[in-house]
Amino acid sequence: MPELRNFTLNFGPQHPAAHGVLRMVLELDGEVVMRADPHIGLLHRATEKLAESKTWIQSVPYMDRLDYMSMMCNEHAYCMAIERLLQIEVPIRAQYIRVMFDEITRILNHLLWIGCHGLDVGAMTMVLYAFREREDLVDAYEAVSGARMHAAYYRPGGVYRDLPDRMSQYKESKWKSAAQIKPFNDARSGSLLDFLDDFSSRFPKLLDEYETLLTDNRIWKQRLVDVGIVSPERALQRGFTGPMLRGSGIAWDLRKKQPYEVYDRVDFDIPIGKTGDSYDRYLVRMEEMRQANRILKQCIDWLRLNPGPVMSDNHKVAPPNREAMKSNMEELIHHFKLCTEGMHVPEGEVYAGVEHPKGEFGIYVISDGANKPYRLKIRAPGYVHLSAMDEMARGHMLADVVTIIGSQDVVFGEIDR
Amino acid sequence: MVDALQGLLQGLFGSVFPLVWALLKIILIIAPLLLAVAYLTFWERKVIGWMQVRIGPNRVGPWGLIQPIADGLKLFLKEVVVPTGADKSVFLIAPMFAFAPALAAWAVVPFNDTLVLANVNASLLYIMSIGSIGVYGIILAGWASNSKYALLGGMRSAAQMISYEISMGLALVVVLMVSNSLNLGDIVGGQGRGFFADKGLGFLSWNWLPLLPMFVVYLVSIVAETNRAPFDMAEGESEIVGFHCEYSGMAFAVFFLAEYANMILVSTLTALLFLGGWLSPVGFLPDGLLWLFMKIAAVLFFFLWIRATFPRYRYDQIMRLGWKVFIPLCLIWLVVVGCWMMSPLSIWK
Repeated sequence: MPELRNFTLNFGPQHPAAHGVLRMVLELDGEVVMRADPHIGLLHRATEKLAESKTWIQSVPYMDRLDYMSMMCNEHAYCMAIERLLQIEVPIRAQYIRVMFDEITRILNHLLWIGCHGLDVGAMTMVLYAFREREDLVDAYEAVSGARMHAAYYRPGGVYRDLPDRMSQYKESKWKSAAQIKPFNDARSGSLLDFLDDFSSRFPKLLDEYETLLTDNRIWKQRLVDVGIVSPERALQRGFTGPMLRGSGIAWDLRKKQPYEVYDRVDFDIPIGKTGDSYDRYLVRMEEMRQANRILKQCIDWLRLNPGPVMSDNHKVAPPNREAMKSNMEELIHHFKLCTEGMHVPEGEVYAGVEHPKGEFGIYVISDGANKPYRLKIRAPGYVHLSAMDEMARGHMLADVVTIIGSQDVVFGEIDR
Repeated sequence: MVDALQGLLQGLFGSVFPLVWALLKIILIIAPLLLAVAYLTFWERKVIGWMQVRIGPNRVGPWGLIQPIADGLKLFLKEVVVPTGADKSVFLIAPMFAFAPALAAWAVVPFNDTLVLANVNASLLYIMSIGSIGVYGIILAGWASNSKYALLGGMRSAAQMISYEISMGLALVVVLMVSNSLNLGDIVGGQGRGFFADKGLGFLSWNWLPLLPMFVVYLVSIVAETNRAPFDMAEGESEIVGFHCEYSGMAFAVFFLAEYANMILVSTLTALLFLGGWLSPVGFLPDGLLWLFMKIAAVLFFFLWIRATFPRYRYDQIMRLGWKVFIPLCLIWLVVVGCWMMSPLSIWK
C-alpha cells in the first residue's frame, strides 16, 4: 500500500481570495491546514531601486502605488523622511490637512478591508455597502489632487495645494435627470470641508449599519472567533504593528506613542482587542474607523477657522509662487532648479514611520547630498504580517485560511514593493 | 378543446398515442419550468442588486428582461473545455446527472386537485429518492475534473447533502405522519381541514404552524440541500471556487440550471408540504394555482434574501449544525408529534 501523504494545494495567485497575487502552498490533511507557505514577489516592481534613479519628488507617486489602498499614508512617511533630513518645518495648516487625509485614508482602507473580508467570508453585501462610502472619500481625494487613487498630494514641505472651495458636481445626462442627481449634489454644493463634514456626520450611522449586519451575526462570529489567534508576546516577537498588534491587546499606536504632525493636538482613543483572534481584529478596525471619523471632524473644525499657507516657504524645497516667478529673478531660478534637477537633500540617514492603516509604515533613506536618494528602504507592515501566516493558519481549516488572509489585511503592492 | 386535441392525436398516432400524450404533458411542465429557471436567475440578480444598493441588470432589453436569454446564448456558444487528465465521459455526464433528477421530480408534483402528471401514492417517497440522485452529479463533477479544488468541492458537497437529507427526511416523516399519506395531493388536502380552516382562517391550519420546528428545520435543510448561501461551501467561491471549477460553456450552464431548478423544486415542496399548496389562506377567497405560485415565489425570495445577508458557514460548522442540532431535534419532535397524535389533544383526527 502506498504511504499516505498530505494533500498539497496551490492557493493562488489566481484565486478569488488571494487579495491580489498571493501564492500560497498549503499542505492539507483533509481540509485541515498542516502548513501554509506564502510565496511572494509576483508583484515586485523594484520601487526601492527605482527611487535611486529618480529625483526626490519624482518618487512620491511611486509611494502611492505601494499599498494602493492607503495611498496618502505612504506618501506621508516618504515626505516626512525627506523633511527630517532637510530639517524643514511644515506649516501647521498643511499638518492638519495631512492628518485629515491620513484619517480619510484610514477609513478608505478599512472600508475596503471590511468589504473584502466580508466577501471572503461570504457576506457579499458588505463590499457594495463599503464601496458606496468609499466613493465619497475618493471624491475628496479627487477634489484635492485630481486623482481618485494615486493622489501624489503630499509633497516634501507640505501639501500640493490648499483645499478647494467647491466640489465637482454631477451633471445631468441621458441616464440621470436633474431630479435624480439633485440628492447627490446637495452635499457637494459647498466646499470640500462642507462635503467632508456631511460625510463625517453620516458615517457613524453607516458604521452601525455594517455592525448590524456583521458584529452579532452568528455565522460571522462562528467564522471569526478564535480563528488565527496571536498571543501578545508572539505578536511582539513577530514585529506586528497596527490593528494586528492592537487586536492582540497591545496598545501601541505611533500616533499616540511617537506623535507626528498634529496628532498630539487631536483627541482620539486607540481600541485594543482581548484574545487576538480575527474577530478582535475586526472589532479593532471597526472602532478605528469611528476614531478616524472623530479625528476627521476635529480637523475639519480646525481647518475651517485657520487659513494659512500649506507649503513651506523654503523655495529650495517647495516651488515658488507662480505669479512671482513671472516677474522675479530669484523665483524663476528656484523654479528652474527645482524642475530640472530637483531638490538636494543634505547628507545623512533617517527613518520616518507613520501609523499607516495596516500598521507601521516606515521609510528609511540614506542621502549622499545628491538630488536623489542613495538608498531607500521601505518597511511595509503587510510583509511582516504575512510572514506569520504559517503559524496563524496551522491547524485551522481551508476556509479559515481565507478568513486569516482577510483579517491580516494584506495588500501586495507593499509586500512585493 | 382538450378532448378534441386528444381525439385528433389518437387518430394521428394510433397505438403510440399514450406515449405522445405523456410527452406533450411533460413538455407542458418542463418548458415553463426552464423559463422560470431563466427568470429566477434574473430575479435573483435584481433582488440582490436592490439589497446591495445597486440596480442589477437593466441593459439588455426593456428593464434587462432579455438578460437571461443573452446569458444562455453566450454560454451556449462557448467552448466546453475538457481539462487534460479529466475523465471525459464522466466529466460530461456529471452535469446531466445533476440536472435530470431536478426535472424528473416534477412528474409527481401536483398543481391542484387534478392537475398532476402522475398521481402516484408514494409521490413524496419518489421525490426524496430522485432528489438524492442529484448529489452524484456534483460528486462526479468534482472527481472527474482531476482538479484539487473541484475534488474538495465534491467532497464537501457529498458530506453536506447526505447529512442534510437526513434532517430533511425526518422533517418529512413528521409531515407524512400527520397527513397519513405519502401522496402530495392528499397532504395538501389534509391541510385544508382543521379548527382554523373551519373558521375561515385556513393559513393557520397549514402544517407550518403545528409543525413549526420541523418547518424551520426543513427550510434550513433545503437551503443546505440545494447548496445555496450560507451553505454554499461546495461552491465556496472565495475558498475553493467550487466543484464546477473546471467547467465552461454549456456544461457549466447545466449545473446552474440544475441548481435553480432544484431551488424551484424544493420551494414547491415547501409550499405543498407546509404552506398549504394551492389552498387559499382565507376562507372567502377561492383556492387556485395562483396561491401555489405565490407561495413558491415567497420561499424563493427567502433563498435570495439570506444569500444577500449571511456569511458562509465553514465545513465543520455545517456538519455540526446538521448532525448535532437538526437530527436530534427532528428525532425528538418525531416522538413529540407521535405522542400528540395518540393523545386526546390530537388535531389530526
